[in-house]
Amino acid sequence: MSEAYQPARILNQGSTQEKAEGARLSNFVGAIALSDLISTTLGPKGMDKILQSPSNLLDSTITNDGATILSSIQISNPAAKILIEISKVQDDEIGDGTTSVVVLAGELLKESEKLIHKRIHPQTIIKGFRLAKDIALKKLKEIAQDHSENEEDLKKYLKKIAMTIFSTKILTPYKSIFADLAVDSILRLKGSTNLESIQILKKTGGLLKESYIEEGFVLDKKLGVGQPKRIENAKILVANTSMDYDKIKIFGSRVVVNSSSKLAEIEEEEKKKMIRKCQKIVDHGINVFINRQLIYNLPEQFFTDHGVVSIEHADFAGIERLSLVTGGEIVSTFDHPELVTLGTAKLIEEIMIGEDKLIRFSGCKEPSACTIILRGSSKQILDEAERSLHDGLAVLSQMVKNPKTVLGAGCTEIIMAQAIEEAAKETSGKIQIAMEAFARALTRIPTIIANNAGYDAEQLVSELKTSHYKGNNTFGLDVTNGKVCDVQELGIIESFLVKKGMLLKASEATEMILRVDHIMYSAPRQRGMN
Amino acid sequence: MLRYDSSGKPFIIIRDQDQKERLTGSEARKANILAAMTVANLMKTSIGPLGMDKILVDQDGEVTATNDGATILKNMQVENPIAKLLVELSQGQDDEIGDGTTSVVVLAGALLEESLSLLEKGIHPSKISEGYEKACDIAVKHLISICDKIEFDKENCGSLIKAAKTSLGSKIVNQYTDKIAKISVEAVLAVADLERKDVRFDLIKLEGKTGGTLGETELIDGIIIPKNFSHPQMPKQIKNAKIAILTCPFEPPKPKTGHKLDIDSVKKYKELLEIEQNYFKEMTDLVKKSGATLVLCQWGFDDEANHLLLQKELPSVRWVSGTDIELIAIATGARIVPRFSELTEKKLGKAGMVTEKSIGTTDEKMIVIEKCSNTKTVTILVKGGNKMVVEEGKRSIHDALCVTRNLIKDNRIVYGGGAAEISCSVAVNKASKEIKGIEQYSIRAFSEALLSVPIALASNSGLNSLEAVSEIQLKQMKDKKPFLGIDCLSKGTDNMKEQNVFDTLRGKIQQFLLATQMAKMILKIDDIIRPTGQY
Repeated sequence: MSEAYQPARILNQGSTQEKAEGARLSNFVGAIALSDLISTTLGPKGMDKILQSPSNLLDSTITNDGATILSSIQISNPAAKILIEISKVQDDEIGDGTTSVVVLAGELLKESEKLIHKRIHPQTIIKGFRLAKDIALKKLKEIAQDHSENEEDLKKYLKKIAMTIFSTKILTPYKSIFADLAVDSILRLKGSTNLESIQILKKTGGLLKESYIEEGFVLDKKLGVGQPKRIENAKILVANTSMDYDKIKIFGSRVVVNSSSKLAEIEEEEKKKMIRKCQKIVDHGINVFINRQLIYNLPEQFFTDHGVVSIEHADFAGIERLSLVTGGEIVSTFDHPELVTLGTAKLIEEIMIGEDKLIRFSGCKEPSACTIILRGSSKQILDEAERSLHDGLAVLSQMVKNPKTVLGAGCTEIIMAQAIEEAAKETSGKIQIAMEAFARALTRIPTIIANNAGYDAEQLVSELKTSHYKGNNTFGLDVTNGKVCDVQELGIIESFLVKKGMLLKASEATEMILRVDHIMYSAPRQRGMN
Repeated sequence: MLRYDSSGKPFIIIRDQDQKERLTGSEARKANILAAMTVANLMKTSIGPLGMDKILVDQDGEVTATNDGATILKNMQVENPIAKLLVELSQGQDDEIGDGTTSVVVLAGALLEESLSLLEKGIHPSKISEGYEKACDIAVKHLISICDKIEFDKENCGSLIKAAKTSLGSKIVNQYTDKIAKISVEAVLAVADLERKDVRFDLIKLEGKTGGTLGETELIDGIIIPKNFSHPQMPKQIKNAKIAILTCPFEPPKPKTGHKLDIDSVKKYKELLEIEQNYFKEMTDLVKKSGATLVLCQWGFDDEANHLLLQKELPSVRWVSGTDIELIAIATGARIVPRFSELTEKKLGKAGMVTEKSIGTTDEKMIVIEKCSNTKTVTILVKGGNKMVVEEGKRSIHDALCVTRNLIKDNRIVYGGGAAEISCSVAVNKASKEIKGIEQYSIRAFSEALLSVPIALASNSGLNSLEAVSEIQLKQMKDKKPFLGIDCLSKGTDNMKEQNVFDTLRGKIQQFLLATQMAKMILKIDDIIRPTGQY
């Protein structure tokens, strides 16, 4: 009889669950651990992490990019997973602020843990956080400056934003060079957000500061053997067709022969077919042929004979960019030369960067695509530089659409925190405590930045707060000199979108985690023996 | 278990006693009730606007955070057979009504909990069942007698929005209830046939997208497909598109009978080549001839076909999923064509505007088909900061859609906030006194069990639950107002009419019926046999 009164086990074998306080604790612990882990990378003096891949210990990545770090950590804690997810979404949507979004969410959770200890119901905390978030967002919109009117002005601000972004990355020493690079290439896109058209080529050797933007387009491929290395006034056919052996795509067909002579005949016919195809291609009146797929020796030979330069095995993205740059369409059938738009370039030449040969297309029809060539002493540095550059480009491309800026260096966070504190004074009830907690969490961000830079963070941040109370609303942290100063003068400005994304995503994720009072884990999937 | 036949030979009724676990009689019943109560208690904290969520981690470590009873139970991986029944119960409510999936489980749990003490008094389970049955009848009749009707039409849908808001109030989207409730109601009204009182749910598409916040969720008058045009140089925008929908690939046909085509001479090789080339030409020619300006295909394209389509200025989309194809066909009035040869102008669908849009910094694209000739198809694009929020948003909106549909089918409502349950409980309790015999006990037990939902609601809202519920009970009896309920959000009034909190009558009745049925079924079981250990 007593057995029947045992709490019934209703879940599958191997499944576990955590309830109420336990669930909350495990959520807090997981999320806070994750945000602590990443908080040291925040700010201009933040540190980097080495990520080693589990399969190959020699293959390591050194990075400062929140999204990259988080996406390579193996984590089973569900709350931590939610934080990783928001960082990823921030990366996809805006491109930067991937660390701060997680850190803010972590700080919010830390504050709510304290409140729960004070016996405040999670739903009350959520209510307070929502109110605080709305106030912060309103304030953020208020202080955001719009630069859409003046184009010259916009360019100046874009550069400043790029410099702020790069100052937290490996590119810090050369941030001015890279900011110019990024702004230049973004402006070429003319408002499009398709970053695919900006190609980043990494070549080891040289120094980071020797990176440059290439007018026109560079393809990391070689020209066919025995073909000229320099073509002027090129007419280009961009194609996606098989030039190795072109089998007939009819299901179930196969070659069956009963003598070697017949085999030779069919082989001959196959060759003829290929030659016919090549002839058709040449008939387009071109002097450059670029194919996505392989080009075998036979067609290559034919092209060389007919004075057509061929480039094989340009990958898919390469082909799409090429067709963008040269204005030619991607062709797969060759029966109607009159309908095909050919691409053009004033000059195609083989160039050397370091020890590699590359093909440069210049004087193209459509200069909207470009290539940035990154130089650096090691693969890791190049990879990190590419990630940083990509962050910058992503933010700038969004900026062109929505050119609003706010001040960086902790200034915006303090302004938002103080707006919340003001409003909290007029709110009665437990919600007030939650709002104050939200303000505290926001203030933690400059604190962490100062901490990472090795200064007396509490002292600096309190000085910062006082100066804001005194009405110096443009003050922030000067991390290089370790003092409070006018950020406007320093020119540290950030994109409004990054800050907005950070605020909204962090509070949404916090709310989601706070609402949970029960976690159920399924038994891990059994792996088959084989 | 051994028995002996007439000649004294033993035979086995149930094999391998030592490998089976067996519970019988009251032990079995108690074990079952306990299991059901465990599930019900688990769900209790999710009830109401201040209810909590659960995180479910599936076999592969994927995280789902949800407040939806049916989703929690479905993903819980339960093993216990009784718990499984409750999972089915919530599923049943979900399929039929779409909302109230948590309350139904809590009610069933409470009914069983009450029966536990009845069983200890020595009342036979079938007597309890009969009593529950009668009580349920009384409750349902009472519900019908206290229900209200709401009035609405296409222009004036305020009351529908209020109902949707009640449903959304307990979910994570409740920050944006106003907007999302409005979107849900508009979506339903767009596809509803008010005269026939019918709503075609398959015409509402829910598409999720990470980025932005839940507040940026929008209603799109048309269809979104997460695809791009098959060739990067096709136009990104087509006005007044004539759409051909194909379910055959742009590739040479693959006959379904097994065969081999042997090539043994140059002549045959040439012939075959010619046939192949012609296939592609013929296909694109047929499409062009039909007058189509946009091709949607369920399958892939060969490179050559793709280029021919570009050359013939036929923008096309490949690998469109089957459900999307159907939706588009309905929306644009197109016929789905399985063979190129059957394509004619009559079978083309029409849409005012087709555009390809890219989102965010990653190169994600989607195609938006708007101004369809048959505008009765809408898409709700749910946005959110992470994919868990987006998924939960989709589930919540689905619930709100269901509520709205139910109201269109049947515009009778009862008041929420536990008001309906408390009122029924009072009515059932009153009726029990006029019934002779043992059943009286079980009818009274039913009335107690009905209070479980309001009690959970009150305790989740941080109120002194028993006190709050009994206070409402008293007030309801005194003032004869069946619309007094628990004031969960401390709005200062317990009048649910003023708070605009209401549920559909259909949903409530269904909850009562399903929960009672489940309780009766579980009470009837008196033997559990299951193998122990590994099997």
